[in-house]
Amino acid sequence: MTTTESTPRSYPFSAAEKLRLDPFYAELRKTEPLSRVQLPYGQPAWLATRYEDAKTVLADPRFSRAAAVDNDEPRLRSRRPAGGILAMDPPEHTRLRKLVAKAFTVRRVERLRPRAQEIADELADGMLESGSPAELVEDFALPLPITVICELLGVPYEDRADFRDWSDAFLSTTKLTEQQVEDYIDRFQNYMAGLIERRRQQPEDDLLSALVEARDEHDKLSEQELVELSVGILVAGHETTASQIPNFVYVLLTHPEQLEQLRQQPERVPEAVEELLRYVPLGVSAAFPRYALEDVELGGVLVRAGEPVVVGVASANRDEEVFSDPERFGLDHEAGPHIGFGHGPHHCLGAQLARMELQVALETLLARLPGLRFAVPEDEVPWKTGMIVRGPLSLPVAWDTEA
Amino acid sequence: MSWLIEVDGPSCIGSGMCVGMASEHFELRDGVSRPLRSQVEPADEIVDAAESCPVEAITVRDAESGAVIAPEP
Ligand code: HEM
Ligand code: SF4
Repeated sequence: MTTTESTPRSYPFSAAEKLRLDPFYAELRKTEPLSRVQLPYGQPAWLATRYEDAKTVLADPRFSRAAAVDNDEPRLRSRRPAGGILAMDPPEHTRLRKLVAKAFTVRRVERLRPRAQEIADELADGMLESGSPAELVEDFALPLPITVICELLGVPYEDRADFRDWSDAFLSTTKLTEQQVEDYIDRFQNYMAGLIERRRQQPEDDLLSALVEARDEHDKLSEQELVELSVGILVAGHETTASQIPNFVYVLLTHPEQLEQLRQQPERVPEAVEELLRYVPLGVSAAFPRYALEDVELGGVLVRAGEPVVVGVASANRDEEVFSDPERFGLDHEAGPHIGFGHGPHHCLGAQLARMELQVALETLLARLPGLRFAVPEDEVPWKTGMIVRGPLSLPVAWDTEA
Repeated sequence: MSWLIEVDGPSCIGSGMCVGMASEHFELRDGVSRPLRSQVEPADEIVDAAESCPVEAITVRDAESGAVIAPEP
């Protein structure tokens, strides 16, 4: 049996390559559902690879995110992660989360759909005007979620060039130097503090103003929390979705029969989005360890109080106990309860928003760009490196134009 | 007047938001929320919980008319 004393394997097991998930996860699910791993920095950890165990670690109050703050938490880069909402436990976590939760419910997000569609259509117009081929990341995948989150939060879209660079500070493992990371995070926080001050003088109908009011009139959060939460939403609100749009397109282009099926039945886009969320391993590694607050028996081992556990979300999403033929991407897979957005208290705040944006993105690309295909050989698509999320750096695409 | 609280178990993602906001009305059992009592006196925090549930798994109705009180339609 694996115990705390077993020598940990170095983790991640291999460098991320395109959207390939290391087959070793499948082996671990079978033989060693909780195993010892050593991330590049911090204490050794347990890695949970099965679906049920993953959900337990993410939702059971015996596991804590807040405890990571007082420990040398397992992580991918030397800099300790900033605090913020993802480093808190209920009830403190609930206090912050409920201030923003209402802005991200199914219903509120549905009200944003027509506007998201309009933005997507404008971007497609732009691509059609300049003509095939185009570069999907710059021309479509980035501007769509950035515009949506800017409008929702109340951040001027004109400033995107700045905060796009700064955002990398939160998601870089080796892309930026430690000094750059410090510097960008500082600048991002100063920038946000400036916007907050403006809303204080002159409130608008946006989430930033609502948060300022929650702070000033009801004292529900500190100034530091206000800044961190707004920066967090702006970063999380675009980098992930902007990477998933080209990831999803890449998967579809490399599964032509599935793409064809979706072209025939565009009403199945929402199902396709769920299957893609299950199938695509967005993160390059398990992250955000949870600390056991007491001894917990899990996956055949005893996790002792004070030990950290990281969750292999992508592995859990391919657990053969839960999904049939899980290593295959297919629209015929039942839209199962994947945990691509996590689970429990930290379940992605923007899940409904991301879903809606991804649906709009795929629907628009399929409808407006007939015969969508790679404009370069698949092998020449460049991928991000030194970041915690995977995604093409650029994705040149072509489509049929009327002769 | 009284309200009926329902939680749709299969859609609940165990966020605990409802328990955090209205601990006298919801509890988490094996990662799934359920109302402590299904028929209750009206209270603001129940509406808040239903409005804040990320997957809208909670429905609050008027016990007599069956009209949906939260989440806001
Ligand atoms: C496809 C796109 C996205 C994916 C795959 C994704 C995935 C995730 C996952 C897995 C977590 C949980 C992390 C953990 O528990 O360790 C999370 C948390 C979070 N996400 Fe997303 N996300 C996406 C888009 C968004 C968007 C659009 C927003 C905008 C508001 C957002 C905001 C957040 C925030 C604020 C948290 C922390 C929540 C908390 O700690 O309570 N995400 N996301
Ligand atoms: S808020 Fe909704 S998803 Fe979260 S525990 Fe309650 S019912 Fe379940």
